[in-house]
Amino acid sequence: MIELLQRLGANTRASFTKLGRATNFLLLAVIGVLSVLPRPHLLVNQLYSVGVLSFLIITISGLFVGMVLGLQGYYVLSDFGAEGRLGFMVAASLVRELGPVVSALLFAGRAGSALTAEIGLMKATEQLSGMEMMAIDPIKRIISPRLLAGLISMPLLAALFSTVGVVGGQIVGIGLLGVDNGAFWSQMQADLDFQDDILNGVIKSIVFGFVATWIALFEGYDAIPTSEGVSRATTRTVVNSAFSILGLDFILTALMFGEN
Amino acid sequence: MQHTSTQDTLVGLFVAAGIAGLFFLALQVSNLGSFSESESYKISANFENSGGLKVKSPVSVAGVKIGQVSSISLDTTTHQSVVEMSIDKRYDKLPDDTSASIFTAGLLGEQYVNLEPGGSEEFLKDKSKLEITQSAIILEQAIGKFLFKSAEEKK
Repeated sequence: MIELLQRLGANTRASFTKLGRATNFLLLAVIGVLSVLPRPHLLVNQLYSVGVLSFLIITISGLFVGMVLGLQGYYVLSDFGAEGRLGFMVAASLVRELGPVVSALLFAGRAGSALTAEIGLMKATEQLSGMEMMAIDPIKRIISPRLLAGLISMPLLAALFSTVGVVGGQIVGIGLLGVDNGAFWSQMQADLDFQDDILNGVIKSIVFGFVATWIALFEGYDAIPTSEGVSRATTRTVVNSAFSILGLDFILTALMFGEN
Repeated sequence: MQHTSTQDTLVGLFVAAGIAGLFFLALQVSNLGSFSESESYKISANFENSGGLKVKSPVSVAGVKIGQVSSISLDTTTHQSVVEMSIDKRYDKLPDDTSASIFTAGLLGEQYVNLEPGGSEEFLKDKSKLEITQSAIILEQAIGKFLFKSAEEKK
């Protein structure tokens, strides 16, 4: 019994210590962003591996999610003779929720896990300590460009996801199911607000990109430098990112769309 | 990873595609392209009851949308609902004896303000007030009245 309590206490303390380390790490990385700006090639390199390489999975998933929304929405709405609302339904669910959330989950799986594995392996093969020996701050050189790249890529990826999704919904709705083209677009434009819907979606995706990249980078930096440790850290990245993204999504949605 | 110019190009394409996506969402999917607050003038009207009218509900004349409700507040002395509407600048030839009523689009649809132009030679200007108004029809009240009336008749 005493042992159980002891273990509980130790675990709680360990998790708070970890959160403290993560916050400290984040502060250093954010300060380090300033020293990335004079060296844009570091950023371009990371934008390539974080953003460009995620492009394909995001757009293809977006297309299919939009097509499924078109199909499912049509079956529900046609019961009420409201097929004209299909465009609004597809676009609103994509822009407000699915665009930011699903692309962030895919981003955590595709780019986040790669970041953790890369940095964990750098640590395991003592490249990070090697940099410190050469008086190069690994946080400024390795971590900060990746954080900035994640922050820039995520809103762009989410916007692409929503755009391609709307096009997918249009292909299914107008092309396959014969919804009226004019009603599809005009109802969408009439009821979606730029500030309330589009901008809030962009804010969501920036927050998710920040959190997912932070978790991925910290788990890699904090990994036990063995092959097993790196594999565990990669798993934790995906799991923790998914939890944080979904939890934060609830909070942000309650804040943004609560009062209506 | 080696830094190459192909990488630069791909990153450039990616960023351009992302920004194009944002533009598409802003202009094609949302209402940004269709109505702008700056090119409009404001008129207001007092209603006994504004029912389920909301900010951004449409304002229309003869079924054509010409503006939207910009704010709804309560006049604390008369206890009436003050509805402020922004009307597109293009429609600045509304007579000043125009009347406003709150209608419902379809049986369950949203409520909107319908303006009925009068015959005056003077036109509505910014911050004008509409004098003739008709409140929202509250379905529950209408049903209540109907039931009450049919009970009366049975006696």
